[in-house]
Amino acid sequence: MSTWTDIGPLDAVRRRGARIIKAPGQDLAVFRTIDDQVFALVNACPYRQGPLSEGIVHGTLVTDPLYNWVISLETGEAQGADEGRVDTFPVKVEGGRILLDTSSIYQRQAA
Amino acid sequence: MTQKLVIIGAGMAAGRVLDHLTDAGGDWDITLFNAEPRGTYNRIMLSPVLSGEKTFDEIVTHDDAWYADKGVATKFGVKVTEIDSAAQIVRGDDGSETAYDKLVFATGSNPFIIPMPGHDLDGVVAYRDLEDTEAMMALTEGQKAVVIGGGLLGLEAAAGMAARGVDVTVVHLMGHLMERQLDEPAGYLLRKALVDKGITVKCSANSKQILGENGKVKALQLDDGTELPCDLLCMAVGIRPSIALAQENGLAVGRGIHVDDQMRTSVENIYAVGECVEHNGDIFGLVAPLFDQAKVLAKVLQGEEAEFVNREVSTKLKVTGCDLFSAGDFADGDDREDIVFRDPARGVYKRLVLKEDKIIGAVMYGDTADGNWFYGMIKDGTDVSEMRDTLIFGPAYQGGTAEDPLSAVAALPDDAEICGCNGVCKGDIVKAINAGATDLGAIKATTKASASCGTCSGLVEQVLAVTLGDDFVMPTAEPMCGCTDLTHEDVRLLIKSKELKSMPAVMQELGWKTSCGCHVCRPALNYYLLADWPEDYIDDPQSRFINERKHANIQKDGTYSVVPRMFGGMTTPDELRAIADAADKYNVPTVHVTGGQRIDLLGVKGEDLPAIWKDLNDAGMVSGHAYAKGLRTVKTCVGKDHCRFGTQDSTGLGIKLEKALWGSWTPHKVKLAVSGCPRNCAEATCKDIGVVCVDSGYQIGVAGAAGMDVKETERLADVATEQEVMDLATAFMQIYRENAKYLDRPYKWVAKVGLDWVKEQIVDNVEERNALIERFKISQKIYQKDPWAEEAADKADQYEPIANLVLEAAE
Ligand SMILES: Cc1cc2nc3c(=O)[nH]c(=O)nc-3n(C[C@H](O)[C@H](O)[C@H](O)COP(=O)(O)OP(=O)(O)OC[C@H]3O[C@@H](n4cnc5c(N)ncnc54)[C@H](O)[C@@H]3O)c2cc1C
Repeated sequence: MSTWTDIGPLDAVRRRGARIIKAPGQDLAVFRTIDDQVFALVNACPYRQGPLSEGIVHGTLVTDPLYNWVISLETGEAQGADEGRVDTFPVKVEGGRILLDTSSIYQRQAA
Repeated sequence: MTQKLVIIGAGMAAGRVLDHLTDAGGDWDITLFNAEPRGTYNRIMLSPVLSGEKTFDEIVTHDDAWYADKGVATKFGVKVTEIDSAAQIVRGDDGSETAYDKLVFATGSNPFIIPMPGHDLDGVVAYRDLEDTEAMMALTEGQKAVVIGGGLLGLEAAAGMAARGVDVTVVHLMGHLMERQLDEPAGYLLRKALVDKGITVKCSANSKQILGENGKVKALQLDDGTELPCDLLCMAVGIRPSIALAQENGLAVGRGIHVDDQMRTSVENIYAVGECVEHNGDIFGLVAPLFDQAKVLAKVLQGEEAEFVNREVSTKLKVTGCDLFSAGDFADGDDREDIVFRDPARGVYKRLVLKEDKIIGAVMYGDTADGNWFYGMIKDGTDVSEMRDTLIFGPAYQGGTAEDPLSAVAALPDDAEICGCNGVCKGDIVKAINAGATDLGAIKATTKASASCGTCSGLVEQVLAVTLGDDFVMPTAEPMCGCTDLTHEDVRLLIKSKELKSMPAVMQELGWKTSCGCHVCRPALNYYLLADWPEDYIDDPQSRFINERKHANIQKDGTYSVVPRMFGGMTTPDELRAIADAADKYNVPTVHVTGGQRIDLLGVKGEDLPAIWKDLNDAGMVSGHAYAKGLRTVKTCVGKDHCRFGTQDSTGLGIKLEKALWGSWTPHKVKLAVSGCPRNCAEATCKDIGVVCVDSGYQIGVAGAAGMDVKETERLADVATEQEVMDLATAFMQIYRENAKYLDRPYKWVAKVGLDWVKEQIVDNVEERNALIERFKISQKIYQKDPWAEEAADKADQYEPIANLVLEAAE
């Protein structure tokens, strides 16, 4: 079952920007695109764990700030010739607030 | 048996219901209430009335004669205030009671008025009805109006008033106009068209309050303090379904009045239609689905079967000269594919969004002729895989030619300057080509175009290609990135010659193949724009690499390094103490002395950055920009004050240089040094700019390197005074800033243009040198500021996590 947790106002994340969510085990990053879609991913590139929250967001992609891997915000898959994937989490915006489905996060913690 | 039908509201939906009912010839005794003192008119045509293209009479769809003819009893100017659904009676504010068998709510929507201070002043209007329109029409030439809201209504209001000679400013909260219907590139073109009509457009602008005088509106104040004086203020920020009457009388409502597929409300014998309804969670703002509802309701009232199904809507803006079209869903997504077409010459932008071989969204600007064709395919879910390659050219063009990468150059007028150094225009080059100069070498020889700095050679080749067609074989030049076929050099030149001052402007006018660029072109464009148009362009942090966005160097473990500036490599005991205190306080694991004579605190956590900056700021230090593609350090030796070999005040000069140059952004990092004598303790001969002091004055070298490549500086000039050193160093910075390709260090750039050319410009040509210095100063007025102070003061929260789920999990 989904557990929607309010993590803050949409406006707290800049367009084409991201903010970190401290989470048990591993930090997540919540991204906002130019057209106000939001995505939540583990904040670490599959290659050498670069903090994706600091990458340049273009369309629904983010470029790893350390090694320029391009990661899909929607699927977490690395694009192009690179292979790898980061976990993604359901997130949505309601009434200007960002809601994150935290069920799988806490499960991971419990496991 | 005659049934009594009462309709509340005589708007467009009610008008359509009446058309259907009276056509069907049913046996009805109809009473029509309307709060507005008139019957149905074509509300959407208020805009042409406002602009003077139509009169109000021309847009009335149902006049008194029509109602009389159809036997509809009208109560115009009467507002229904109460409903007794048990007795089936409505009461009006004229005290009347009217009985019904069937009742229809067609109350439409109310304009939303932001309850900011001053919203109730005289002269503040919405844009909904004839009264609002007349208030705007009463303005006379030269008066001022402000429109809050850059959506469909706001822009039609603005354009209508502007057409009457009113001085109009549009204030829009979002980053681009009509953001619900348009993407950024189309928003850019729209803005440009409105600006051409003399309308001032302010995006990303937040209104704070409306100022008045004697109860009448005087100005709008924005939250940055700007005041926009006005005689009238129109608020067009959205609409809300008009549900109060329904709610007070017990109908189920959400955002609108709840209806089922037959337009029935929760109360027996009461129906609703138009913008006041909510159907399956959807509310409405355009007439097409409302007319569908009206048709369904008329059938249901007649006892026939019908159901309302909501459909995709498409939007057009009714402003002459602004041709736009938008339909469906055009959000980015990577299960989606974009097809983008731009024709810079005609100001055309078209974008189709495809998902699983179907068009799901379309945005077009400038040429919307095919809009309805695409819209039809969106509605029908047509499989477009067969025509994918030619789809964007529309139905007439199936099998047509592919987009021409040369169109940007082809579109340049003959007097567009191609070679800035030698003042050669496109027309001169075309003339030379026609006279037999058919390659770059020949053009150089006959026109001198690209014979100096050479950065325009790509453009000259494109002119050759456009003029000669297939006879010219284009040498392959490396395009900037996958978004364009143009090289960095081409883009830089076109930004200048076409005066492109924003990222959407560059992408549109130069025919970018993507809707908003990628991580390769965006940082480069951001740099080119801020370097060329410091006063017009607004720096976009989201287009910068992490280090420049966070004003610190990211380390491979995701922590940051912090380096305070020490002008000329000089420091004091107080500064050192403050640095030591900061290192202790923030548990800095590593403290290192850099090659550029600075102290580097390594391993600072991202969220501690604003706090550590604040501490260092308080001790009088500013950012060392150790992360910037900009001026890094000026390294010095101690010079003649202390050293027995010293010939000049090398530290003093180093400090002066650094004070003048810090804060400036450059294509790549720039490092300087000043050595007090030819023994060169400051290693000035491998810097981007290096000064070696000698008895007779100063030797200025440029274009050195000591990285992957090692290269000695080349001598720019020998001069006698410090002032000359300052002037030449500043002019060199600026000429490099204005001409080099992003991420070329000075030595790479000088290798391309040749030191001789640089000397001609800044050593021999004093006028040009002074002009460069002047432009550098203008840029410094804007960019020489300490980013730490700014970020720590108002953006500190961005450095912290938005939420902490670890704590919650523990609870
Ligand atoms: C300037 C402008 C331009 C537009 N351009 C377009 C366009 O280009 N394309 C498009 O599709 N749409 C456009 N629209 C939107 C379109 O006009 C509306 O969707 C449509 O008019 C809604 O029709 P309606 O009958 O539901 O409501 P309305 O037309 O608003 O009619 C509702 C009526 O009910 C009356 N009323 C409310 N409460 C009561 C009461 N208690 N008692 C008696 N009467 C009451 C109101 O006075 C009003 O006259 C535009 C709107 C405006 C204002």
